[in-house]
Amino acid sequence: MAQTLLCHPGIGPDVEGIALVASDDFSARYDLDRIKGVFSRPAHKLFGQDYRERILVLNNVKGGVASAWMLNEMASRDVKPAAFVFNRVNPILAQGAALAALSLVDRFEDGDVTQLIRNGERIRVRPSEGQVILLDRP
Amino acid sequence: MKLNEEERALLAGEGGRARQWAIRHQIEVGKFFDAEDMVPVDQAHVMADPESLGEAGVRWLSDIAAMPESERRVRIPTITDPRGVDFAAYKRLHQTDDMASLEERAIRAFEAMGVLMTNTCINYQTILPPVRGEHVAFGDTGVVIYSNAVFGARSNFEGGPSAIAAGLTGRTPRYGYHLDRNRLGTKLFELRHQPKDFSEWGALGAVVGKRSGSYWSVPVITGIESAPSSDDLKHFGAALASFGSVAMFHMPGITPDAPTLADAFDGPPPPASTITSEDIASVYEGYAARGDKVDVVVFSAPQLSLIELEKVANLLDGRQVHAGTTLIAATSPEIKFAADRMGLTRRIEGAGGIVLSGVCFYQSYAREMAEANGWSRLMSNSAKLVNIIGGYGYKPTLATMERCVDSAVAGKVL
Repeated sequence: MAQTLLCHPGIGPDVEGIALVASDDFSARYDLDRIKGVFSRPAHKLFGQDYRERILVLNNVKGGVASAWMLNEMASRDVKPAAFVFNRVNPILAQGAALAALSLVDRFEDGDVTQLIRNGERIRVRPSEGQVILLDRP
Repeated sequence: MKLNEEERALLAGEGGRARQWAIRHQIEVGKFFDAEDMVPVDQAHVMADPESLGEAGVRWLSDIAAMPESERRVRIPTITDPRGVDFAAYKRLHQTDDMASLEERAIRAFEAMGVLMTNTCINYQTILPPVRGEHVAFGDTGVVIYSNAVFGARSNFEGGPSAIAAGLTGRTPRYGYHLDRNRLGTKLFELRHQPKDFSEWGALGAVVGKRSGSYWSVPVITGIESAPSSDDLKHFGAALASFGSVAMFHMPGITPDAPTLADAFDGPPPPASTITSEDIASVYEGYAARGDKVDVVVFSAPQLSLIELEKVANLLDGRQVHAGTTLIAATSPEIKFAADRMGLTRRIEGAGGIVLSGVCFYQSYAREMAEANGWSRLMSNSAKLVNIIGGYGYKPTLATMERCVDSAVAGKVL
């Protein structure tokens, strides 16, 4: 049993994992301790949470261009999220995901994805199809 | 995406492996944003500090640099954003030899690719400003928003890999701010308070950025009573891009794409969101820490113009930075040469400050510098810097340049 959310076709391979969800924005430079693999910005709603191999479900991308390199650097050390599921991204996250071969989707048809996906639930991201499947939903 | 004959040849590998990677990368990103084709660009600007690159990124660059010269050289003038290590000063900041070594390897790779090591995020003030309608591939948010808004040039945020791709192919996917339809205003703001200095222009950028909240928003700001300076708009744009990921704005009567309010929107303007002195004050209050010991005072993000450096020198004349506080001013190599020649470096460093060349503070292993120097409380007149630096473990405070210098001399937040 599963529900499917439709979105714009994305980048990267199909990925399955646990969602880490917050109605907050994201920048690898601003928000992460990339050595420890945790959110390190005190004001972020995921402060202190381990992001490694979680599918990040967030609102928007903020700040600068560093994420374009940092995703590749994080992937090289296996201190990376499993995938990115956002309401809307800027070019930097798309460029970074493309370089690092990480999965990314955005622009959902049914509204705010941070409300549509529950924190901790199991999901499958299918970028080429423009789909996110909520695996445990009837 | 529609590809022309030259682009299809690059995709087939006829320009070598580096250009083949580049065009593939551009097609992947272009498809994601529904780009119909590519647009030629005549400058690229690459952000690639060693902290962001890491060992993996430097290896990636070095692999390209090891290719035959005909494959690895960029096709258009390609310049660099600030580096992470100033070789003349890194030991004073307790950066490590490993950091310097990684930096050296990255620079060698860039030079082998024919990249000009300008090491600046104020290339629009110091190297070659773009002109209205010029398509470029710039890779620093402050550079992009200034170029789009103040010059009327056309660029998206091009992260390091994409800016390198643009350098190698001489083009970029045509989406976002390369297209007329995306450059129209989406939100209207009316100022009820005139910013008085750089930090207030940054605070205004923070307010507008938070209310805009997206790369795809184009704020239109009215109510500005006199034309801001280039440095004012530099701080405004950098903060707007930092707090909101915004890449374009209009100030009717000041910026070129919208001479009037009617030009800024496709149809009637939306209701205005007002910005008052209380809104600006609230930005400062969010970072207030009066009386706290201040560990490091930083003028950076963006790098300082010659005029800003002169202001710092004037404020420090006849005074000494407190023994328990470090004062840093970062600028571009071109401005550092000028500051040396004109005696500004001597005046700032004579008062106990440090003038850094070709770097920016937050791109210089900020977390490791904090740990090595025992820094926690950071004070700056850059709204962009205080927004970024909290994630690196600092406690930031925003203040005017005058209060920052006074606090550096007193050793505590005034």
